Amino acid sequence: MSFFSFGQSAEIDIVLKDAETRKKVEHKTEDGKKDKYFLLYDGETVSGNVNVTLKNPGKRLEHQGIKMEFIGQIELYYDRGNHHEFVSLVKDLARPGELTQSQTFDFEFTHVEKPYESYTGQNVKLRYFLRATVSRRLNDISKEMDIVVHTLSTYPELNSSIKMEVGIEDCLHIEFEYNKSKYHLKDVIVGKIYFLLVRLKIRHMEIDIIKRETTGTGPNVYHENDTIAKYEIMDGAPVRGESIPIRLFLAGYEMTPTMRDINKKYSVRYYLNLVLIDEEERRYFKQQEITLWRKGDMVKKSMSHQAAIASQRFEGSSSAEKALAQAQAKEQEQ
Amino acid sequence: MSDPTVADTRRLNSKPQDLTDAYGPPSNFLEMDVYDPQTVGVGRNRFTTYEVRMRTNLPIFKLKDSTVRRRYSDFEWLKNELERDSKIVVPPLPGKALKRQLPFRGDEGIFEDAFIEERRVGLEQFINRIAGHPLAQNERCLHMFLQDESIDRNYVPGKVRLYNGKTI
Repeated sequence: MSFFSFGQSAEIDIVLKDAETRKKVEHKTEDGKKDKYFLLYDGETVSGNVNVTLKNPGKRLEHQGIKMEFIGQIELYYDRGNHHEFVSLVKDLARPGELTQSQTFDFEFTHVEKPYESYTGQNVKLRYFLRATVSRRLNDISKEMDIVVHTLSTYPELNSSIKMEVGIEDCLHIEFEYNKSKYHLKDVIVGKIYFLLVRLKIRHMEIDIIKRETTGTGPNVYHENDTIAKYEIMDGAPVRGESIPIRLFLAGYEMTPTMRDINKKYSVRYYLNLVLIDEEERRYFKQQEITLWRKGDMVKKSMSHQAAIASQRFEGSSSAEKALAQAQAKEQEQ
Repeated sequence: MSDPTVADTRRLNSKPQDLTDAYGPPSNFLEMDVYDPQTVGVGRNRFTTYEVRMRTNLPIFKLKDSTVRRRYSDFEWLKNELERDSKIVVPPLPGKALKRQLPFRGDEGIFEDAFIEERRVGLEQFINRIAGHPLAQNERCLHMFLQDESIDRNYVPGKVRLYNGKTI
């Protein structure tokens, strides 16, 4: 910020191509507030234009070059000085010279790799942003625009259930089962707890979802645990042979996909914690890791499918139905 | 053809419960009572004992119905043994009330009815918390406290285990 009233300065404004139609998502900032940002995916081209508006319309703006950068970086809160950039792209928009009037520059980064999901955590932050810079001798003028990246996955081929018998010898034996080991963020955990031996006075049982953020390596590993959810599944004392169902809808909780060893800097993992509490407030628990993944939104129906639906609406004939069935079969094959 | 976009939330299959399990007596029956305070002795050698009764169907306990007489220092002994040998966090006992044992008091000191009742309640809470603890149930000292006629302070500390439904 310049405190001198003479001299020229400029305002920079970054506009993404198709900004009106592009989806925006909410993302938490470091101080806990939620803001909306444009959503981008891995491999997508990042393009748009930069408006450089001169503050004093009459004067010229001398500069040492104008450039646009696309950066993906990891910032560890306890080591703020060092930003680890894992994506760093630059495009020169203008050679050193001068601007006599406000100007707009186009930019395009084709098929940009965005390997990790944007994440704002307790001790670490991973962010992607565009930064436009007008270089000058004494002080640069720059503007940053954060964007959010989501990493998508498809239904895993292998998704076995979790089934285990645990307990305290001669006191409490249970068998717990969760229908899958990998759940997407809007999935439902379906399971059951079967009591084999109950010699304790249990008062209630709950299932907690715990998020563990791990930062650092070697001897300096630090875990930050956060209980995302506590969900009571049983109230009262069970006896042998009783089966308690579990149905936990994940869409209601703010969670991210499981992130393992991102750029060798941090991990975010999720655990289901089954907790039984007895009459004297003693807690018995069993923790189990689950993998969370992000499913893409409803796939846009292909043109042939859309056409088939349209024709059915107007014609209502068997040929239209056949076309619809064929298009559906094609969708599922893909 | 199941639609993968809508999750299947039907309950998982489970064995139907045996009706004798469902309606029979539960396997966790354990009732502890501390009652009937009696002050014995005369003058400065008086002390109060309490009846400690346990009814249970837990196989770890040899006797399913036992009654013993214990005094406050016996409870203190139990607390110390458990603190030393077991890994549990032992709940607190009601206070020692040393001030009440000083001379020149206007009242009966530790033999006041109200005080004895307050202590009885505290001891009952204490033994209830301990007796139901799975780790405390493995300690020899707890079994001796609850089910032996008298406490042998020269006993050999150790663990009690279940073998084929029998305590060893």
